[in-house]
Amino acid sequence: MVELLYLASAVAFIVGLKLLGSPRTARSGNRIAASGMLGAIVITLVSEDIVDWTTVVAGLAVGAGLGAWAATRVQMTSMPQMVAAFNGFGGLASTLVAAVAVVEADLDSIAAETDVSILVSMVVGSITFTGSFVAFAKLQGLIPGRPFLFPGQTVLNALFLATAIGVAIWGAITSEAAGFWIVAGIALAIGVLGVIPIGGGDMPVVISLLNSCSGLAAAAAGFAIESNALIIGGALVGAAGLILTVQMTEAMNRPLTNVLFAGFGSGADGGGDGMATTGDKAVTQAAADDVAIALRYARSVIIVPGYGLAVAQAQHALRDLANALEEQGVTAHYAIHPVAGRMPGHMNVLLAEADVPYEQLLDLEQANPLFARTDVVLILGANDVVNPSARDDPRSPIYGMPILNVDEAGRVIVVKRSLSPGFAGIDNPLFYDAKTSMFFADAKAALEDSLKALKSL
Amino acid sequence: MSSLVVGITVFVLASFVGFEIISKVPATLHTPLMSGANAISGITIIGAITAAGIGNETLAQVLGFVAVVMATVNVVGGFLVTDRMLEMFKSKSDRKKRPDG
Repeated sequence: MVELLYLASAVAFIVGLKLLGSPRTARSGNRIAASGMLGAIVITLVSEDIVDWTTVVAGLAVGAGLGAWAATRVQMTSMPQMVAAFNGFGGLASTLVAAVAVVEADLDSIAAETDVSILVSMVVGSITFTGSFVAFAKLQGLIPGRPFLFPGQTVLNALFLATAIGVAIWGAITSEAAGFWIVAGIALAIGVLGVIPIGGGDMPVVISLLNSCSGLAAAAAGFAIESNALIIGGALVGAAGLILTVQMTEAMNRPLTNVLFAGFGSGADGGGDGMATTGDKAVTQAAADDVAIALRYARSVIIVPGYGLAVAQAQHALRDLANALEEQGVTAHYAIHPVAGRMPGHMNVLLAEADVPYEQLLDLEQANPLFARTDVVLILGANDVVNPSARDDPRSPIYGMPILNVDEAGRVIVVKRSLSPGFAGIDNPLFYDAKTSMFFADAKAALEDSLKALKSL
Repeated sequence: MSSLVVGITVFVLASFVGFEIISKVPATLHTPLMSGANAISGITIIGAITAAGIGNETLAQVLGFVAVVMATVNVVGGFLVTDRMLEMFKSKSDRKKRPDG
């Protein structure tokens, strides 16, 4: 009977995730999933022989308070680190569930497969925990976002992994509790070592992968304590995270192994011959008045926002400018590259917060056919995702990455602080194109000045 | 069938269901999808409650308590922040209904 009630929760998760797939139904989908979770918690509270109510109730109260506090305070720009932190908490919880099984159970008497489930749960949970918090620290700026590399890094990681597997096998065979703790300790270290070499711009992949791991950790804990609800919930999240991971790596045209191990963006493999030629090429500069005129007399404008827009907190200024253009009869759309922010869909959330209707947001496939028919493209804080050498130059490190073909538009305006190369450290030929004007300024100031100029036309 | 085989069956089928329902989600909703999925991974909370509730040993009680706190942060925070984000997603028609829109 209890198992059937848990099944109802699992169905609520599936229905909820399904509804999360469309903007109209997403909010109710989230609520259905939340109800399923509430149901599962209530079932557990009444059906388990809980003797220690104080610990349980205190834990629920503290956790709910902390969670609600964090969820209502967080800025939308900080959403990637918030999700990273929540992933980490979930991973730690799964590790601890398995750890309690080690402490409580008579390891000699439990089945070998349960040993393995406990070990898997501890390993995946621990990696998720420390990996997520390194990602959090990078995104929050507590530690530098650039890849942290040192000699022998790969060898050290391989050594840790081999030791963990060796000790895990020993632990599973001998059922020695020490083996479980050592494996968990090594897994904690692997989480740190695994994420520190990954640069800030690759965070969409890392967050997605850690999301998947937090699901797999829950599923493994489900095997350990024989709970189908955990297995189903964990498997769904594992699948969701994996799909997003694959989509993000495809959007960067780099295999997952390259993202995880190459230290991309450290300057070690980026740059190359592209950067050396920066000095002797001329760019066309533009000021607020030029931008206002170009936009005002265009029929159609596509705006390409990048992470720089979020850093400058310029979403609202951008929305105001776009609204002013629409009032003048200019059609304005936003083209959003899949890896534009620091997590999948991040830029869409930021624009939604600025009250931009979701119909105006175009993804890569929707936007690219439109550029040839677009008069002006306005680029704000985006660089690599509009770099034509990804399409044209086989020697470029980002060659093959799907880009927004902004150079097909009539005119391109790039708002950027300076000519400095982007995350990948690669020069962008778009900036030197005859149809491109560079507006060197902070994104927010640039948008506000352009709006002022537009109104005085 | 042993419980392990049942578990693996459930895991594999649930994974396929996950792949099927999620692969069609538009890019606009990727962030809420991820934070919503993240909250669902907090289902480990039911294992945490059991672990904390039956704790005989002090160590198990402490670990169980921390597990419940962590999982609850994950669940409550995850669903709330997802709701907060989805509240902001508006279509053109929604926006026109607002007096100041």
